[in-house]
Amino acid sequence: MPQIFAYIAHKDGAAEDSALEMVAAAKKIDPDASVSAVVTGSGADLDKVCQDIAASYSEVLKVDNEVLSYPNAEIVRKALVNILPKGSIVLLPHDTFGMDLGPGLSIKNDSAFVADVVGFEGIDGNILKIVRQEYSGQVSTHVTCDISAGVVLNIRPGVFAADESKSAGGSVVDKSGDAGDLSVTRTFLEIVEAEAGDVDITKSDVLVSIGRGIEDEDNIEIAQELAEAMGADVSCSRPIVDSKWMEKSRQVGTSGQTVKPKVYLAMGISGSFQHLGGIKGSPYIIAVNKNSKAPIFQVADIGIITDILDFIPELTDAIKEL
Amino acid sequence: MEILVCVKRVPDTSENEIEVNSSGSDIERDDLVYSVNEWDNYAVEEAIQIVENAGSGSVTVVTIGDDESEEILRREMAMGANNGLLLSDDAFENSDGKGIATILKAAVDKGNYDLILTGAQAEGGAAQVGGMLAAMLDLPYASLVNKIDIGDSKLKVGREIEGGNQEMNDISMPCVLSIQTGINEPRYVGIRGIRKVASVDIPVMSASDLGIDASAVGEAGAKVKRVDYFVPDLGDGAEMLEGSTEEIIGKLIELLKANGGL
Amino acid sequence: MDPILVSPQSFSVLGIPTVIFSLLIPVIGVAIFTFIMAKRIAPLVKAAPDYRFDNLPNRLFNILKIWLMQWRQPRYRLAGILHIVIFIGFLILSIRSTSLVVIGLSNDFVLPGFGGCIGDIYNILKDIAATGVLIACIIAAVRRGVYKPARYSVPEKYGHDHTAEAVFVLGIISLLMLSESFFEASFVAAQVKTGAFEVAHLMPGTLVWFSKLFLLNFSQSSLQTVHILSYYVHDITFFFFLCFLPLGKHFHVITSFFNVLFMRTKKGNIKPVMYGVTDDKLDELESFGVKKFEDFTWKHMLDFYTCADCGRCSDQCPANAVGRPLSPRFISIKARDYCFEHYPIRGSFIKSEPLIGGIFSEDEIWSCTTCGACEQECPLGIEYIDKIVDLRRGMVDEGMVPQSLQKPLKALEKRGNPWGKMEKKRSEWTKDKEFAAECPVKLVEKGETAENLYFVDSISSYDDRMQDLSKATAKILSLAGIDFAILGKLEKDSGNEVKRFGEEMLYQDLKDQNTTAIIESGAKKIITADPHAFNVLKNEYSGLPEVEHITQVVARCIKEGTIKLDTCEDPEKVYTYHDPCYLGRHNNLYEDPREALDAIPGLTRVDMEKSRDRSFCCGGGGLMLFYEPEEETRMGVLRVEMANEAGANVIVTACPFCLVNLEDAIKVAGFEGKIEAIDFVELIERHIVR
Repeated sequence: MPQIFAYIAHKDGAAEDSALEMVAAAKKIDPDASVSAVVTGSGADLDKVCQDIAASYSEVLKVDNEVLSYPNAEIVRKALVNILPKGSIVLLPHDTFGMDLGPGLSIKNDSAFVADVVGFEGIDGNILKIVRQEYSGQVSTHVTCDISAGVVLNIRPGVFAADESKSAGGSVVDKSGDAGDLSVTRTFLEIVEAEAGDVDITKSDVLVSIGRGIEDEDNIEIAQELAEAMGADVSCSRPIVDSKWMEKSRQVGTSGQTVKPKVYLAMGISGSFQHLGGIKGSPYIIAVNKNSKAPIFQVADIGIITDILDFIPELTDAIKEL
Repeated sequence: MEILVCVKRVPDTSENEIEVNSSGSDIERDDLVYSVNEWDNYAVEEAIQIVENAGSGSVTVVTIGDDESEEILRREMAMGANNGLLLSDDAFENSDGKGIATILKAAVDKGNYDLILTGAQAEGGAAQVGGMLAAMLDLPYASLVNKIDIGDSKLKVGREIEGGNQEMNDISMPCVLSIQTGINEPRYVGIRGIRKVASVDIPVMSASDLGIDASAVGEAGAKVKRVDYFVPDLGDGAEMLEGSTEEIIGKLIELLKANGGL
Repeated sequence: MDPILVSPQSFSVLGIPTVIFSLLIPVIGVAIFTFIMAKRIAPLVKAAPDYRFDNLPNRLFNILKIWLMQWRQPRYRLAGILHIVIFIGFLILSIRSTSLVVIGLSNDFVLPGFGGCIGDIYNILKDIAATGVLIACIIAAVRRGVYKPARYSVPEKYGHDHTAEAVFVLGIISLLMLSESFFEASFVAAQVKTGAFEVAHLMPGTLVWFSKLFLLNFSQSSLQTVHILSYYVHDITFFFFLCFLPLGKHFHVITSFFNVLFMRTKKGNIKPVMYGVTDDKLDELESFGVKKFEDFTWKHMLDFYTCADCGRCSDQCPANAVGRPLSPRFISIKARDYCFEHYPIRGSFIKSEPLIGGIFSEDEIWSCTTCGACEQECPLGIEYIDKIVDLRRGMVDEGMVPQSLQKPLKALEKRGNPWGKMEKKRSEWTKDKEFAAECPVKLVEKGETAENLYFVDSISSYDDRMQDLSKATAKILSLAGIDFAILGKLEKDSGNEVKRFGEEMLYQDLKDQNTTAIIESGAKKIITADPHAFNVLKNEYSGLPEVEHITQVVARCIKEGTIKLDTCEDPEKVYTYHDPCYLGRHNNLYEDPREALDAIPGLTRVDMEKSRDRSFCCGGGGLMLFYEPEEETRMGVLRVEMANEAGANVIVTACPFCLVNLEDAIKVAGFEGKIEAIDFVELIERHIVR
């Protein structure tokens, strides 16, 4: 069994949620695995992250270098190639950083690569059985992967419940000296923040979507509060945009945005042909509508017949109490 | 500026209902319609705009596939790509991501490109070929690019990262970029445009033309293999939650947690 | 007998005989006019071809009705009447003005045929006409200069206000009237003053009569001065006006005759991509549609010249009403300004640049629903839909198509419907168990045949709500004993909007597939409930059997007694019929649906103020459903408000797209529970006696 390494994404001195999800994912590959963490960065923030996760990993490999203070995948890749043993299993989060790093790393490590892993179904010799999705999640697939020369696995964030056991009790090993030449031809410049209120609902995982059931512009606030409590974004159906209560960029439907969330809360949306046309990727749809005959109930996973104006604030309160 | 754009013919998710066939060996392909992968189309548009603005250079679109894949090359050429290149060989079938990157690398080596673009991902959602190709070529790479500013020997590129933010990078040329949707507004290609390029000759290159060892690609070279397709259990229609508001909210919160909503 | 006043022919000033001016003014005037006209004709020569010499009887009829009888003018009451007065005055006075020019050279000149009694009658007529024209000009000037009707205002984005030019021209016309009167009145006044002989009778109350009264106070020598001066003022003003006309909106005084003569004689179709190029040769064309000014046809350029800036088109335009960036009036005016700038009277012609991104914007051109209200209204027969479609063809050819339209267009190419739904599901609505038991539908795709073919079209095949319309239509046909079948998966989108959105080659493809399928089905007649399909099958396809809209079928069956209707289910409700553009304006079908509705005993029906050929578009059909316009409100909302004003609480339409838009609009406008929208077929089906 090759050694498993998890790359720890962190920001401002705190490991991201994926750090503990990786532990869980590694345990799915091999329940007995001792999992090492790799953390790259610089200075005090890096040390803090290493300390924070040490309990969850048997060993934390620290790579401290000024050039790693921003996670530029090209530089991180060079460091990892030099530090990780040949044939390792490397776990990365399948986010915008992991997508930037994983494929190239697998080539440089001469190992296999599987992206966007959502499940593991055991290992048979050198053959790892993996679950993935295709066609925006419309179908799932079983994939086998020969890991004899190692593998880079990009793990979909959020699918493996974080392993909070903190039972590994590992130590931090400074590998900064082994990182080698870290010069690259792509340099990070800056982050351009998205314009305020300019949320791209097509990239949202959870949408609180409102329709005519919201009745009045002033009521949109309750949907925003719910979305905030859930960490979701607010989208809407066409009548809301027509009433100029929300921006066009928030509209879901054939004449609006095509969204691919994981969870879609249709609040007071009847579910017209045009609206449903903008929802792709088979999200988990929760429909709340006072009209029991609203077509949305035919396509929703969960239906609730009630007035959203009463229901939403209560749901928001309940979530806030969690 | 010589630009190569790697494109793929895929079943169009907006015009198909993707269903798994009865044996689970494949998706139901009888009534599928195919088109160019959406991300790739943005990449081609971007390449065309770069060349148009530069006033010189050319755009070559390349794909790996059978005769039917020629259709998408023509569509992209109707858009304004100058050349098409079809990489076709029985040995290429069932390649994994690395196999695809290996084949493309061979094609890149046959040309002289300043910039190589791919779509950020395709129907498989792996987002892997661009990064692999760059690593094989030892070229710098940036994924999920949603902005390109052309400089003298380097580019300033924006990567779309979490929260709708944009990560700006300098990257030297030649390089490989994977293009995110929304970087531009791809122009429309009508039937007339496609007919205009219907008789343009599109060269076809096989494994031997490219100097590829057949055992390194295709089924033979693949370390990653798809075993089957399946549909995760999903019930029909909405499950109606009933009871008092507290009960409903309690149940709903559990369901939200279980499905990634909280 | 010596004349009392010396004529311009014989007069001298400072020793110079004025007859020289009588000769020079017309010669110079005509020369300048000829030069200007040559410059104006230049772009028409470079324009795309246009076939406008067919259908001569129809064209002559249009000249009589629309040009000579000013048929469309009174649709705007006051402006229309004023225009008719000025127009008739011009016609009458053109004879007088022409003979006046010659009188300057030969004082005794009388136009052939205008001697004696006819001349006397004419003289009275022209005096009345001149009076009328002057009064009309004064009212018009006050109206434009003081009251400024909103219709004439020029939004900032479209340039400067046009009031000054309008008032200036009214002044010129008034000057012509006054100088002509003074010329004659001074002569009569001089006669009266000498009392030498019985003077010509001047109609009391006319301008010349008043002028005479006024001039009686003048001395004989002053009258001589007035006589000569007014003659030359008239002469110069006349030729100045002639040369001024081609420089602006008053060009229509010259071009209107030709524009009406060459106006459209057919309805419901779109011009070919290029006249003289048949469908099978389209592939050989280098470029499609209008990209630069010279791509317009000569008739379309003539349209630009002819626009009188009356603003009626834009006043009726639904896109303009909802604040979309389109005002048909400024399509013409901007193009005319462009033409005048690029084909100047003095200086060389300027090379043309692309129109889109120049004088026109993409959104402007996509904003049109092709409802036809502008063309229906234009008193001069100016066309807009063909130009819009030609501009769209140019944009499609250049790839300038909004993303929101690219998806449905691609789906139409791949699947034959704009939603990209599977072909095999096109007939799925017939398989609904309850419906299938009551009304089995024959499917051509399964080899079944029937006397009639029901062409369903995409929206009624695939949209859940609109499938109700297909079912109702099928039931009506079945209950009326009409043998029918549908094509099923062999049917493709009819392509009415595909053509109108400028994707001609895709339209050709759809048309070919449908034509083959329909002909092979062996049906003797086509019936459809979708006005868009009806329009394109009837007016654009060729070689098909007769096409009928369901409203025609129902109206006929009611007359024949094969359909009997029950008493109105909701007799307390007030119904109004919304004319779908593609049934009404584009196909003149106004009566059949109304007759059928009125045949439901106890049904109360009112017409909205905007009805029949002034019907207000619901928001557009087909691909327009996918387009995201910039607009302040929705057309449907305005329409629902109009129904409310008419006191109606049920809007009956006969088009699935109207129903989509109106049902949505009722919700948006907050009329839910107060107003409902229903399709004609649904209403009829409910009331058929079984």
